[in-house]
Amino acid sequence: MSARDAILSRIRRATGRGDDAGRQAAVAERLKSHRRNLIPERGNIDAKARIKLFEDMAIAVQASVAHVASSNDVPEAVAAYLRQHNLPQHIRHGAHETAANMPWAEKAPALEVVTGPAEPADEVSLSIAVGGVAETGTLVLTSGPDNPTTLNFLPENHIVAIRASDVAGSYEDIWDRIRKAHGEGTLPRTVNMVTGPSRTGDIEQRIELGAHGPRRLHIVIIDE
Amino acid sequence: MKPASREFKNNASRALNDAQLQRALNTVQGGFIEKRRNAADKLPEFETLRDQARDIKNHTLEHLDLYLAEWESKATAAGGHVHWCETPAEAREAILSICKRLNAKSVTKGKSMITEEIAINPALADAGIDPVETDLGEYIIQLRGETPSHIIAPAIHVTKDQIEADFRKTHTHLPGDRNLDESTALVNEARQILRQKYIEADVGITGANFLIAETGSSVIVTNEGNGDLTQTLPKAHIVMATIDKMVPTLEDVSTILRLLARSATGQEFSAYTTWSTGPRRPGDLDGPEEYHVVVLDNGRSGMLGTEFQDVLRCIRCGACMNHCPVYQSIGGHAYGWVYPGPIGSVLTPGLIGVDEAGQLPNASTFCGRCEEVCPMRIPLPKMMRHWREKEFESKLTPHTVRTGLGLWSWLARRPGLYHLATGIAARALSAMAGRRGRLRSLPLAGGWTRHRDLPAPQGRSFQARWKSGERSMQ
Ligand code: SF4
Repeated sequence: MSARDAILSRIRRATGRGDDAGRQAAVAERLKSHRRNLIPERGNIDAKARIKLFEDMAIAVQASVAHVASSNDVPEAVAAYLRQHNLPQHIRHGAHETAANMPWAEKAPALEVVTGPAEPADEVSLSIAVGGVAETGTLVLTSGPDNPTTLNFLPENHIVAIRASDVAGSYEDIWDRIRKAHGEGTLPRTVNMVTGPSRTGDIEQRIELGAHGPRRLHIVIIDE
Repeated sequence: MKPASREFKNNASRALNDAQLQRALNTVQGGFIEKRRNAADKLPEFETLRDQARDIKNHTLEHLDLYLAEWESKATAAGGHVHWCETPAEAREAILSICKRLNAKSVTKGKSMITEEIAINPALADAGIDPVETDLGEYIIQLRGETPSHIIAPAIHVTKDQIEADFRKTHTHLPGDRNLDESTALVNEARQILRQKYIEADVGITGANFLIAETGSSVIVTNEGNGDLTQTLPKAHIVMATIDKMVPTLEDVSTILRLLARSATGQEFSAYTTWSTGPRRPGDLDGPEEYHVVVLDNGRSGMLGTEFQDVLRCIRCGACMNHCPVYQSIGGHAYGWVYPGPIGSVLTPGLIGVDEAGQLPNASTFCGRCEEVCPMRIPLPKMMRHWREKEFESKLTPHTVRTGLGLWSWLARRPGLYHLATGIAARALSAMAGRRGRLRSLPLAGGWTRHRDLPAPQGRSFQARWKSGERSMQ
C-alpha cells in the first residue's frame, strides 16, 4: 500500500465509524457553502468609517498613508514620497492597467518608470491592491503579470495604491471578491496579505523594521 | 533531530544555573504575555472565536481523510505535486530527490518546525547541498550550531551580545571595527548577507501554517518576509507540512488567523500571510516553476480517535510556552526535542514515544495557564495527566515512585489499615522532626529534602481530626 493510502485509511478507521455517506455530504456541503463564522463587529461600519479604520490600523503597524483624489494624481504623490525620503526617482510596477494608465510622463516627468518583476537593484516598487481589510489595516495583493510578487518583497520601499471603494470590512469580503474574479475552488498562484512593513523581534524581542521585506510600506488611497 | 528528552532533569537543572540563559528568558514574561493580553482585550469577540476555532478543527479532524483527499486533488489540479510520507526518513528522501533532480547546490529555508522534526539540514549537507536558514532567529541559531528553543522565537535564548559575537566570528569579510552596538545594525547585516543567498538558491523550502482543502493552497504566516523571498525566487518551492495543518475553507482559516497572531506575538495580524497555490501560471513573470508539498504523518494519525486527538488542533502559536512557569524558568532546549513547553510535553511522547519522552509530561506545575491561553482550547494539563498514567502503566516511572504509589493505592482501598498507617506515619514524622517541626532529610524523599526541608505533620492525620469533629479552621 502506498504511504498515501496507508495514512488515509488509518484516518478513516479512527474517525469513520462506518457513516461514509454522511461524512462525505458534510464535507461537500462545507466546501461549497462559503459559510462565514463569526466576523468581528469592528469592520461592520459605513464606508467612510471603514476607510478611516483601515488607515488607522495600517498606521498603527508603521505603514504610512496618503490620499489622492483620482488615479491621475498617483504619479505626483509617488514623486513627492520619493523626494521626502531622499530616494532615487525610479520605480517599477507590473502590467496592471490602473498603473499603466497613470499619466506618469505628464505629471512626474523626472520619475523613471519601468515595468516587470523586481530586480535586486530596485529600491522602490508600486503595486495595485485588489483590496484592503479595515479590521487590521491589511492589504491584499494577487500575483500575475499585473502585480509580480517580487515587487512586494525585494525592494526596500513598497508603495501600494488602493481604491477607497476596495477597502472591505473583513477578510471574508475579499475572498468573495477573489472567487468572483478567479473562480471557485482555486486562488491565484500567490495571494499576499500585507500588514505593515517587514519586521522582526528575533533579537531580544525588540521590534526592528525591514528584516527581509520592505523597510517602508506606503499606501496611496485613491478616493474617487 | 536526536531526542535528548530522557535527560530532561539534568538539562533543566543545567538551564537553571545558566546565567546567560536566565537573562535571555527574562524577556519572555514582559514581552509576549502582556502583548497577548492587550490584543485579546481589544477584540471583544476573542473568546467566541476560540470556541469556533476549536469546533472548526474538531470537524476537520473528524473528516480528515476526506479533506486531505480534496486538498490533494485541488493542489494537483493547480499543477502542484503532493508527496505523502509516513516517516521522517521518507520525507527527507522526498525532499532530497527533488533537490538532486534539480542539481541544487543551495537551498534557502523559511521557518519550519517540521523540517526540524525530520532533521533535513544535516541530510541536505550530507548530500552536498547548502541549507540556509533565512528567518533571522533561525539564521542566528544555525550559525551557533543550535536548535530552536521556541517554536516562534527560535533564538529567544540568545542575548544581543552573543549575536554580535557570532556575527563577528562568521562574517569575517566585513570590517572588524564596524559598529554593531544596536540591534538595527545586526538586522541590517543579516539582511545584506541573506539577500545574496535568496538569489543564489536553487530550491526554497517553507513550512505551512495551514493547508486549505477548498483551494489546494498552503499558507505561511511570517513577519520578516523571508518565507516569501524563499518561495518566490528559486526554481522550486517545497512546502513541508503535516496532516494536521488541514483547514476546510477560506472562511474557516480566516477565523483561525484572527487568533494566531494575537495569541502568538500579540499582533492584530502578522505582517505577511501568504497563500500559495501551485507553481507560477502561464504569463507570470516570477514565482517558482515547481511547487511540491511534502505531507508527513509521523505518528499523528495514530493520535486520532484517542484521548490525544485534541492536540492535533494545535496551530503552533507558542502561547502555552510563553505562559508556562516551567518553560519560563528553563527555556526550550531542556525539553530535548523539537517542541518545548506544554505543547511539547503532550506532543513529544506521542511522536517519539513515551519511553523516550516520558519525563516531559511531568514538567508541569499543573497551574493551568497553558489551557487558559491556548487559542484552540486544547486541554493540555489533562493530556499531560493521561501521559503520566501511560508512563506509569508502562512501568517507566522510577522504582521508588512506582512502589510508593502502588503501596498507597493498596492501602487506600483498605480504609481501616489506611487510617492506622497514616496515623502512625504522622506521629512518626512529627517525632523525627523534633521541636523544629521540619525534616532535613528523609529516606526515599531526597528529591524534596535536597533543596528544602520537609515540614512535619502537626499532630494527628486529617481523617482522624475530621472524625473527631474538628471541622472549623481555628
Ligand atoms: S497548544 Fe495551544 S497554545 Fe500551545 S502552541 Fe498549540 S495552539 Fe498554541
